[in-house]
Amino acid sequence: MTLRRLLVYSTAVVIAAWVVFPLLLITLAAFTPREALYAWPRAIWPARFTLRTLGTFLQSADVVQSTWNSLAVAGMTIGLAFLISAPAAYALARYRFRGREAVQFLVLATKMFPAAILAVPLAVAFIRWGLYDTLVGVALVHTALAVPFVMTMVTGIFLAVSYELEEAAMTLGTNRLGAVVRITLPMALPGLAAAGIFTFITSWNEVFAASILTVDHRTLPALILNAVIGSGGGAPLDFRFAGGFFMIVPALVIMLLIRRYLLTLWGVALR
Amino acid sequence: MAQVRLEHLRKTYGKVTAIDDVSLTVEDGEFLVLLGPSGCGKTTVLRAVAGLEELDRGGITIGGRDVTGLPPGRRRIAMVFQSYAVFPHLRVYDNIVFGLRMARVPGDEQRRRAQDAAGLLQIQDLLDRYPAQLSGGQRQRVAVARAIVMRPDVLLMDEPLSNLDALLRLHMRTELKRIHRELGVTTIYVTHDQVEALSLGQRIAVMYGGRIVQHDTPSRVYDAPANRLVGAFMGNPPMNFLEGRARAAGGRAALVVSGRSLELPDRAAAWLAAHAADPVLAGIRPEHIAVSLREEPGTLAAVVVAVEPLGAQSLLTAAVGEQALKVSVSVDFHADPGQPVWVRVDGSRVRLMDARTGDAIPV
Repeated sequence: MTLRRLLVYSTAVVIAAWVVFPLLLITLAAFTPREALYAWPRAIWPARFTLRTLGTFLQSADVVQSTWNSLAVAGMTIGLAFLISAPAAYALARYRFRGREAVQFLVLATKMFPAAILAVPLAVAFIRWGLYDTLVGVALVHTALAVPFVMTMVTGIFLAVSYELEEAAMTLGTNRLGAVVRITLPMALPGLAAAGIFTFITSWNEVFAASILTVDHRTLPALILNAVIGSGGGAPLDFRFAGGFFMIVPALVIMLLIRRYLLTLWGVALR
Repeated sequence: MAQVRLEHLRKTYGKVTAIDDVSLTVEDGEFLVLLGPSGCGKTTVLRAVAGLEELDRGGITIGGRDVTGLPPGRRRIAMVFQSYAVFPHLRVYDNIVFGLRMARVPGDEQRRRAQDAAGLLQIQDLLDRYPAQLSGGQRQRVAVARAIVMRPDVLLMDEPLSNLDALLRLHMRTELKRIHRELGVTTIYVTHDQVEALSLGQRIAVMYGGRIVQHDTPSRVYDAPANRLVGAFMGNPPMNFLEGRARAAGGRAALVVSGRSLELPDRAAAWLAAHAADPVLAGIRPEHIAVSLREEPGTLAAVVVAVEPLGAQSLLTAAVGEQALKVSVSVDFHADPGQPVWVRVDGSRVRLMDARTGDAIPV
């Protein structure tokens, strides 16, 4: 093995360990009995595994409800983000118009604006509009966060479907909308699904807006954050580890399933 | 089936003029080839007929119906695209009946017409496959079947053979000719390949710079090109051009090239007499030149530049004075570079052109 390859591989191992090690610790702890978590010195590899820890977490106050809240917010976010992004992405992919590049840049440039600065004005505005502490309000913010990415991804997906196919459909008797519905959308479906799942994860993991804009109607990450930093020293260790594990797993599983799509979405050639 | 009339079409993209001013009539059942180099506007004309391009000006009628403002789907056209544009997510059968479904043709008629079209294209065994499981030639057949199953008034084809390999292209060319003969549908076929144009077209419209420069039968386009560009574009090797001075005396015409005289048909005498001072181009097809190793009366002196064997024949490049001449010669012909030869031009087959404008002289 050459020195160069040694360097590449050892760097890869370090980076992987940096990501994998915490995940591993959380996963182990999530299946460790409560007493063992509080024992000192604590063994990294628990003496026995249990599902009790996770069970306790799921039975804690509001966990199930906030999971449903998270799913509802994610669902609304996907719907809204696609409603806004898909037509815009179609226009960006199919038409050459003045200011096209500017639109693409500006949409992404909104990501450069720190969300923390928006927090207080946003909370005030939401209170005025009656959106404060509602799931719709959270979904709106998540949509705003997701639209730049979804638009960029979906533009790429539409570009990958040859325009000649739509034209062919039009010469065969459909109008443009029909051609999009019958040809472009079915062909783009796998990519669109991947983009949808990506949006789901964005919303599922988002904690900042969710915890600022809600009090009673918490999403799962907001609930866990609140419990962890809450008064009286916060939640017990078993709650923390089980909650962390519960948050990570969907994202991890989904990322694994759609990684091929994500790589192509971001413009990495994979063949 | 219908006559197609294009009247004063014009299309610009910003400052670029794709179609300058094109008027053309394609007769009912005719196979018309739009021929020209890339960027000449031929594909834009075809797409305008299909309704895929909006025109700046001009009108299109198909079978007497003004279709200028109609969307593609209501023009009763069908189009075969260069990339075939076969729908990858649909099986071959669903591809073929796509247009029939859009037109709400009853199911049993869909099946019958699809079977007929598949039979004509010999793809009956492929109906259950997806396009990804087909070769390029098979996809091409699906695209043609999908078009003809519509029984269009006009069939439009945009370089349909250019993505096939050479052997398959030859085969499909014959197939397309057969299909046109069996269906008799008015066809507009775009290509940059002059061989395709000559072999398929009943008439050819040659385009340059957004205009039609010649619209005629293949033999006329080949033998009597409207200008120097057309002559140079048609034929392989292309037409030769020798520049000389006209000489018309006593009702006989000749062209003086490098001090030697090339006899021309008498019908040219009157025009040449009237334009005696003008430089004239003689357009000469390579097959209308005979080469001799001995000097003979009525020949032009030349020097061999190269002899390239091409299999069935050889290509001789000779220099007449400063001017190069390409001649098709027998493979038995042997000559060394630098060797003097004498070329005899068949004066009756020469196409005379104005050397300054490049336009053919009307004689």
